[in-house]
Amino acid sequence: MSAKDSTMRTIFVALAVCAVCSILVSTAAVTLRKRQQQNKLLDKRKNILIAAGMIKPGEKVSRSEIAGLFSRVKKKVINLKKGTETTAVDPAGCSQSQALADNALSYTLNPEEDIAGIKRMVKYGVIYNVYKENKIALTVFPVCGKGLWSTLYGFIALDKDLNTVRGITFYEHNETPGLGGEIDNSKWQAGWVGRKIYKEGKPVLKLIKGKAGPAREDPYQVDALSGATLTSKGVTHLIRFWFGSKGYAEYIKKHQVSPPAEDKEQL
Amino acid sequence: MSSKLKDTIISPLLQNNPITVQVLGICSALAVTAKLETALVMSASLTFVTMFANFFVSCIRRVIPSNIRIIVQMTIIASLVIICDQVLKAYVYSISKQLSVFVGLIITNCIVMGRTEAYAMKNNPLSSLMDGLGNGLGYSIILLTVAFFRELLGSGKLLGITILPLHTEGGWYVANGLMLLPPIAFFIIGIFIWTVRTWKPEQREED
Repeated sequence: MSAKDSTMRTIFVALAVCAVCSILVSTAAVTLRKRQQQNKLLDKRKNILIAAGMIKPGEKVSRSEIAGLFSRVKKKVINLKKGTETTAVDPAGCSQSQALADNALSYTLNPEEDIAGIKRMVKYGVIYNVYKENKIALTVFPVCGKGLWSTLYGFIALDKDLNTVRGITFYEHNETPGLGGEIDNSKWQAGWVGRKIYKEGKPVLKLIKGKAGPAREDPYQVDALSGATLTSKGVTHLIRFWFGSKGYAEYIKKHQVSPPAEDKEQL
Repeated sequence: MSSKLKDTIISPLLQNNPITVQVLGICSALAVTAKLETALVMSASLTFVTMFANFFVSCIRRVIPSNIRIIVQMTIIASLVIICDQVLKAYVYSISKQLSVFVGLIITNCIVMGRTEAYAMKNNPLSSLMDGLGNGLGYSIILLTVAFFRELLGSGKLLGITILPLHTEGGWYVANGLMLLPPIAFFIIGIFIWTVRTWKPEQREED
């Protein structure tokens, strides 16, 4: 064994390489974190606007344009159990990931209730009202749930009746590109528009194999993604969960207004 | 620059291209080439990682104990890839979202590891850096060629700018949907290899 390969030396070189590399990696992570978080926030806002149909998916919009459009959006914190609006919790100060670690703000779900596979559920939800001429035109609801590999995070925009889907988008997931990753596909997302979530007060909207009919005739079904059975099931489950009694159902019951006119409002 | 150094850069472009001749690293060539923009960013990232992985490995090649050399190389490569990924997330967020896992997968890209093991462990830092640059560019040429055809024929655009107005948007061009699916990249790489080997018969493999 040459001196270069002695055990002590091997350990020393390994430690030295690891130390240098970890310093470099952590420096990069720490110095860039602020910018990355800004990007994430901007991306989230952009996706709220996409779900609301105010910008098209894939369209390039500047930071100031997003800020401008977002001025018509108001964030609202709701008590999910009571279905009422609340100001007890500060929406600016509590990100959902922090809330999930706090027993006062969230609770652990029983496995049989946890159809979306999210383990812990928040007590207060954040929703977004989109205003048009000082009236609420749409409400955007955040949803999340387990797909195949990852948790899917998205937004669903509902019309004034809080039943008809106006748009859906997913802003964070790690599904297989080309299969489950097709939940990003704007053509597929367009197939959601006009579908209805509730039938006689129960969330029944689901993804089906094969072709769902036009929204007016077949309002409770959406095409599933081919080659992505588990991701599609995940999407069905997250709809059922978030629009069920643990999720927004109570709020929606209290705030539903009569169905909208047939023509779709332009935002 | 001496002619030997120049040769280190130029030979991997066509003569000894990592994808067409050595057939390494084709997995990402399939995945990120549906659009020219993602292919460009991926190429730049891989070139950066190959260059500096080669450089740093070569700098410490005399002190790396041979029994842990692969792990040491991996650590260096992985660190560079993470830094690269972090920078992309901070400055080109939307593209980094489209590239998703593929930037991370540069770690397992055979070109990077292949060059550090085969070249940087035996050569000085400067020529290793150049070898990394050459191989990175060789990879980029293929990636960009594939992406050029896929985006042009698949969606009628280049870098998002419409070149062939699409039938669905009132133009005349009927997009070839096959071009947007990953398998087509195999065909384009195949045609590329065929063209290069017809032009340079010495690259043909013996039966």
